[in-house]
Amino acid sequence: METLVAALTLQAGYNAALVTLGAACLGVAAGTGGTFLFLRKRALVSDAVAHATLPGICLAFIAMALLGGDGRSLPGLLAGSAITSVAGLLAIQWMVGRTRLTEDTAIGAVLSVFFGFGVVLLTVIQNLEVGRQAGLESFLLGSTAGMLFQDAVIVAAGGALVAGLAFLLHRPMILVAFDPDFAAASGIDVRRTDLAMMALVTAVTVVGLKIVGLVLVVALLIIPPVTARFWTERASAIAPAAGALGGLAGYLGAALSASAPALPTGPVIVLVATAFFLVSLLIAPARGVLARLVAHRRFQARVHRRQGLLALARSEPIHDRLTLTLLRREGLIRPDGEPTEEGEREAERARQDERRWAAIRRQHQHTAQSERYDGLTPITEVLTHDEIAAIDREIGAQPMGAT
Amino acid sequence: MTPAQLALATDHGRRVRASAAAKAPYLSASPLAIRGLTASYGEKPAVFSVDATFPAAAMSAIVGPNGAGKSTLLKAALGIVPRVSGTVTVFGRPIEDARARIAYVPQRASVDWDFPTRVIDVVMMGLYRDLGLLGRRTARHRERALESLARVGMDDFATRQIGQLSGGQQQRVFLARALAQDADLYLLDEPFAGVDAATERAIIAVLEELKAEGRAVVAVHHDLSTLGDYFDHALFVNVRPVAEGSVSEMLTEETLQATYGGRLAATHIEQLVLPRRPIASPAATSPVGA
Repeated sequence: METLVAALTLQAGYNAALVTLGAACLGVAAGTGGTFLFLRKRALVSDAVAHATLPGICLAFIAMALLGGDGRSLPGLLAGSAITSVAGLLAIQWMVGRTRLTEDTAIGAVLSVFFGFGVVLLTVIQNLEVGRQAGLESFLLGSTAGMLFQDAVIVAAGGALVAGLAFLLHRPMILVAFDPDFAAASGIDVRRTDLAMMALVTAVTVVGLKIVGLVLVVALLIIPPVTARFWTERASAIAPAAGALGGLAGYLGAALSASAPALPTGPVIVLVATAFFLVSLLIAPARGVLARLVAHRRFQARVHRRQGLLALARSEPIHDRLTLTLLRREGLIRPDGEPTEEGEREAERARQDERRWAAIRRQHQHTAQSERYDGLTPITEVLTHDEIAAIDREIGAQPMGAT
Repeated sequence: MTPAQLALATDHGRRVRASAAAKAPYLSASPLAIRGLTASYGEKPAVFSVDATFPAAAMSAIVGPNGAGKSTLLKAALGIVPRVSGTVTVFGRPIEDARARIAYVPQRASVDWDFPTRVIDVVMMGLYRDLGLLGRRTARHRERALESLARVGMDDFATRQIGQLSGGQQQRVFLARALAQDADLYLLDEPFAGVDAATERAIIAVLEELKAEGRAVVAVHHDLSTLGDYFDHALFVNVRPVAEGSVSEMLTEETLQATYGGRLAATHIEQLVLPRRPIASPAATSPVGA
């Protein structure tokens, strides 16, 4: 516990503090950048882009080692990863645009081919006659041990760039995500907007390789926006909320992993983000599972009450258990199933409403209103008091039904 | 299609092109002029070599059977679907230079209505050209959005989530977004598809207002029974252009046959055409069967 507090207050050593701050920056960038991917419903493209970084890392290592430099220089490796991930992205765009393949197929093809090629290169590198080749596979799941100050600066700078670009382009990106046809008609270049969005995602992926690794960076892009979606109905509010959630997950996750001897940073960050998601899934107002459950129960109760009252009005026996329980609890029927006085009054009112609905269905001028009949909507929501009075006069003049 | 119908159709096609050429010097000011427009999905043209000249301060319809390329024609004119060939001018200028004068109302079903956005935010999207990337939304912008909503009777719904709207209300919000654009040319894709009667009346009232203000309205429309009531001008298409002109002249058995072929039963055509004739023929009873 003490070590956790120390890690949270950045007192757990120089490296732990660097990692924690870096992870927070990465989380902010991933959450904001990932929002637009999520809104555009192209989340899986980021998975392919992330896996396509592996051959780039390996090729960059080989090139740098053969040229006699340090094969593990982070800027060089990241530059290499950016090149192949963009190549992967363009391959997907090309396949979707120029062939009959759908995007999911293109994603699957690019992801496995690029990743497979990367794994082959990893094996090749292990047999090379150059020094210090060990450790490249740490980019699969991230590794924060031995993170340098300049590594943290790269993460922070990349994160700031992504967040800034996301802010600059949020309007066209939201417009394209909601209604690409309208966006195009308004003069927005949809293709270039999509490319800018993918550039954000590629930048996040590349920057995130060191801390969370290429397999898990997708989680940081997707989970925070999905979590934020539970709490807001405004696209423009999701990006900052997702950025905050991602940043918090990065900070807490990194601190948590620093406080225990053998906890891997990247996976812990993802687990913290997932915890936020699960809590939101459960308790979010309106969209949360519990709120939905309560709303559904209420709706079900309204249906049963109404059906029960109409059955009472027609003097039909009620068999449904839930209906009986509800009516009894409200004091509308006695334990033996017979209606109470209040029950009779309510039943008559429900029946009156049904008669009014039936009447406006026959009347041409109320076509629009009668379309709103669903069995539950009170007629007072649809018609004015005067209109209802007019209908009552009309159906009052008719002989009552055959009951 | 029978050979006779085919001959009729090509004959109409020629007539369209000939008349268009004759009017050519006056075309430049047309709100929307389309020349030789072809657009395709893959290698199959969805619309082929369409010419059309839509008049100013009028309501025009693009009419044709399902799969005739009506919506594609509109999208290709706007550049949403790439054009294989053809030119499109708006008030005499290439459409790319006239975006600010156009408002487009896409089909309601083309977007995800669970998207996290409120009614007012959708209408604000119509102000994108004014606001730009980072322009501040002022009270004036909000007022303009609310006024647009009021014109379609949706101002009470401004802060609703769009997923809670009925189909007709969604369509009205789309129209409000176009109104906020304050354009001179309104292009609508099936504005009456799947909406209730009240919404249809509300939409047509707004479109009539636009026309009265001197703006041009062009809508993809599939309901022949309301064509004559709502529209002044019509372009009949079935992949290729079939006929174009004022609705009162175009609503003839000849045009309908050429556009719809066997898809429209003879009885149906009679019902559509008869009421338009100056002298009502007695006994509008249509022969059963056919």
